[in-house]
Amino acid sequence: MNRRAGGCILPVRMKRAIQHLLAVCLCCIAGAAQGQLTIEITGGGSNQIPVAVLQFAGESVLPTRITDIIEADLLRSGRFRMQYAGGVNPLPTDPTQVNFSEWKTRNADAIVIGGAQQLSRGRYEVRFRLLDVPKQTQIAGVAFTLSSAQVRATAHHIADIIYEKLTGERGVFSTRIAYVVKQNGRFELRIADADGQGAQVALASREPIISPSWSPDGTRLAYVSFERKKPVVYVHSLTTGQRHVVANFRGSNSGPAWSPDGKQLAAVLSKEGGSQLYLVNPDGSNVRRITRSATIDTEPVFSADGRFIYFTSDRGGSPQIYRMGADGGDATRVTFDGEYNVSPRLSPDGKTMAFVSRRDGRFQLAVMDLGSGQVQILTDTQRDESPSFAPNGTMILYATEVGGRGVLAAVSSDGRVKQRLSVQAADVREPAWGPFLGN
Amino acid sequence: MRKAVFAALGLAVLYGCGSEPTRDETKPGVEDRAPASVPSTRPAQPSGSAQPVRPTQIDVNPLKDPKNILSKRSIFFEYDSDRIRDEFRPLLQAHARYLEQHAGAKMLLQGNADERGSREYNLALGQRRAEATKRTLALMGARESQIDAVSLGEEKPRCTEHSETCWAQNRRVDLLHSGEF
Repeated sequence: MNRRAGGCILPVRMKRAIQHLLAVCLCCIAGAAQGQLTIEITGGGSNQIPVAVLQFAGESVLPTRITDIIEADLLRSGRFRMQYAGGVNPLPTDPTQVNFSEWKTRNADAIVIGGAQQLSRGRYEVRFRLLDVPKQTQIAGVAFTLSSAQVRATAHHIADIIYEKLTGERGVFSTRIAYVVKQNGRFELRIADADGQGAQVALASREPIISPSWSPDGTRLAYVSFERKKPVVYVHSLTTGQRHVVANFRGSNSGPAWSPDGKQLAAVLSKEGGSQLYLVNPDGSNVRRITRSATIDTEPVFSADGRFIYFTSDRGGSPQIYRMGADGGDATRVTFDGEYNVSPRLSPDGKTMAFVSRRDGRFQLAVMDLGSGQVQILTDTQRDESPSFAPNGTMILYATEVGGRGVLAAVSSDGRVKQRLSVQAADVREPAWGPFLGN
Repeated sequence: MRKAVFAALGLAVLYGCGSEPTRDETKPGVEDRAPASVPSTRPAQPSGSAQPVRPTQIDVNPLKDPKNILSKRSIFFEYDSDRIRDEFRPLLQAHARYLEQHAGAKMLLQGNADERGSREYNLALGQRRAEATKRTLALMGARESQIDAVSLGEEKPRCTEHSETCWAQNRRVDLLHSGEF
């Protein structure tokens, strides 16, 4: 069953060239060239750290301006205020070359300096240093050797180091997101960097694809595909492009969610009548039922510690979020405000739950402090869906609709910073933020 | 399993570069063959010469005959409801009778929901509608083993505007007979 079946990964931007090369291609490559997500920041945070990212000396040898990518990452997080870094000549590469009093005048608390050089054809070295301006000391300094194809990844890595040193939290610039694009009647499951760049098509189909869910190690995606004219759950390896059926029982199969140890999936099956929750091993074995209600039980998700499953049920007369032990048993109601609270997602620290709440006919992204039960609505849009926490818990990615088109948006967990990500002329939906790499 | 792999490969080839099959080509062809025995639900043909009958009409498939209630294949639901509305009972009655009289016949019920709210919850709502329809058909004489109930959730809207008129068309169950799925 581990044979390649319709799914492989290719960069979207390569597809035009490849279309001409391949007479018959098994991989399903999309029709449009404007495949990249573009990002627009629609809000701003307070208490931002003022940072100046200087151009790296000699960075023009690189195929992409690496400091632009670093700066964009930091800006997008909403945690930094980018200070003017121009007008410096020569560009410093060492702390001894830095005029700290000038940067104090420019109100930068930290500055980033660096250099790039070509080692051989297609091979480069990039060094960077993060400096504390008031203390006039180096906070971090790392050198990388890289190929042309690794410039973006290196930039994200550098931004992650800067972010972590200055905020004390792990950065998410090197993580990836999955989402579904609907365009010209086709559906594509895509994987992109967290900044929306470098999108690759994992699966293309004429039938809908929904509910992508990342394995905890980031190597596999579980999802629901309708290619057999009904919802069937698959697990798809992103490293090999191979995939297999996890649940294709009588009725509908949907809502896959990985346990934190990656050893099982919770899923929604209707094989015994009614949509009920089951656990299943990722290879499709060991299927066991964990809810027994005469109502809808759906959208299971594990808590970060793996002890609980949160899910949506209408057992109380309207769809609300409940919590139960990960092996089943009695469920406790979690949401009470309003008649429609669905799509629970837990923050990595287990303290916050994101969900979608209907208020006055609008479906809005909300968060609940699980300690106090206090709810905060984070958005002012109408049709929010599918929330997903960044692996450091600082941002929530979700789908919404703007101007009649599906877009992805992200909001900081406190609601202060907002971004929108969209693909031109396409409906984008079903986002899922992937885990930290190397976990 | 092997069949599954071939199905997926076939899918991939169909969607490959260059060839853009039309929507209809991706579906299995609907065979327009008449059942072996003439079902009693078929409208009686007028005898005598009062009305001229073209020869082709003799074998009209009752499932395809626009004058036959069996050609009606959709029933509709209220918001967040799986209750079978009375106006659709005659239609379900006719399909139940057809299934009862054709032991080899199969039916696929596809439940659908309007777009509002969560995709997964809507998938469950569509499933509940399909299962409610299945139970009703079984009570009316069809065998449960003849019927599969699945959900397409909000993913296959018949109408795509954000209006109640549209949503009402999307809260539905479609009835598909053998050869149509």
